Amino acid sequence: MTKATKEYDNIPGTFVFDAERSRQGYHINMFCMSLLKAENRAEFKANEAKYLDKFPMTAEQRDSVLKRQWNRMLELGGNIYFTAKLGATDGLSFQQVAAMMTGKTQEEYAKMMLDGGRNPDGNRYKSEWENKK
Amino acid sequence: MAKIVAGIGCSHVPAIGAALDLGKNGEPYWVRVFSGFEESQKWIAKEKPDVCIVVFNDHATAFSVEMIPTFAIGCAAEFAPADEGWGPRPVPVVPGHPELANHIAQSCILDEFDLTICNKMEVDHGLTVPMNLLFGKVDKWPCPIIPLAVNVVQFPPPTGNRCFNLGKAIRKAVESYPEDLKVMIFGTGGMSHQISGPRAGLINSHFDKNFLDGLTGDPVALTKMRHVEYMREAGAEGVEMVMWLVMRGALNESVKEVRRFYTVPASNTAVGHIILDNRV
Ligand SMILES: [Fe+2]
Repeated sequence: MTKATKEYDNIPGTFVFDAERSRQGYHINMFCMSLLKAENRAEFKANEAKYLDKFPMTAEQRDSVLKRQWNRMLELGGNIYFTAKLGATDGLSFQQVAAMMTGKTQEEYAKMMLDGGRNPDGNRYKSEWENKK
Repeated sequence: MAKIVAGIGCSHVPAIGAALDLGKNGEPYWVRVFSGFEESQKWIAKEKPDVCIVVFNDHATAFSVEMIPTFAIGCAAEFAPADEGWGPRPVPVVPGHPELANHIAQSCILDEFDLTICNKMEVDHGLTVPMNLLFGKVDKWPCPIIPLAVNVVQFPPPTGNRCFNLGKAIRKAVESYPEDLKVMIFGTGGMSHQISGPRAGLINSHFDKNFLDGLTGDPVALTKMRHVEYMREAGAEGVEMVMWLVMRGALNESVKEVRRFYTVPASNTAVGHIILDNRV
């Protein structure tokens, strides 16, 4: 079966958490969910690799978690509300995680937000991002 | 007879809760946000609702990817604030209204809205932040709350039209409850924001203003907006705004806008707030 195209696939810089991603990322998300408990956070921090053995993720997913590749986690089925719990475990504010996903420093990102945020113009379609390159 | 006297739209940004909990609400950045709710706090303190129905979404707190109810109503006697990864917010336990909540559940199900019934549910910032914005930092919440959780985490959320019609069913349920109760309904979340991926930080004030205008004046037009348009124009997480349409559906065709506030940003998000009086 070929993959159906989805009308939201042409939004740039966006990984829509649909049923397909949810199924793919089930164990990443359940791992993140486990971090809601303080004792699990402590266990994870003590030995990340060992803790991750409890969750049958793919090697790629596991790697993205260990390397804190925030966009890659989303691409592989993680959901931001779940991965945010990993950020919190690392002691990061949500804005710090958001900045990392955009490739900006936190200062740059915070300034962009104070200036009114990212303008939708030029950011609605993937083609607009490709033209910029 | 119980009656819905007003609808309230309000963003539920977690950083607002954190600012309040850490006592940062006096800093200029946060004064800009909190000052927009001062008049509303006075208004609601004077109006004294008997019960508030709060339409919100859970952010991977009470529900993980194990169970994803599209619409879930809290019928418990109380709801504990959840640990979202930093320990539970230091806010009081949220009192429920099991009688009215169960009545709404029954009435809506017979009206063909198959709500999931939650007799135990922890509530996250999605519910407690709007309550703080309207009721302030309190030792005890002033009235019982009926949480109504909407899935906006896994795509697709219910359509705006479905949300609007659920609002109508809720109104019918409330109006068939025998006790004289003054009920308010909150729609929370939004406004424009994207907190995920390389496009994070998107804000569309123009979209937000039109949404607020439409909410007051022509909500039926808003019910036709498709998810992809919310996501493209108002950010992937901006689709939360469908929850405001549950609130609007529970009100008359014609309402009086008594309050509006909008500011950018709170952390990553545009903050919007509206009060619609239903007694016109
Ligand atoms: Fe939310």
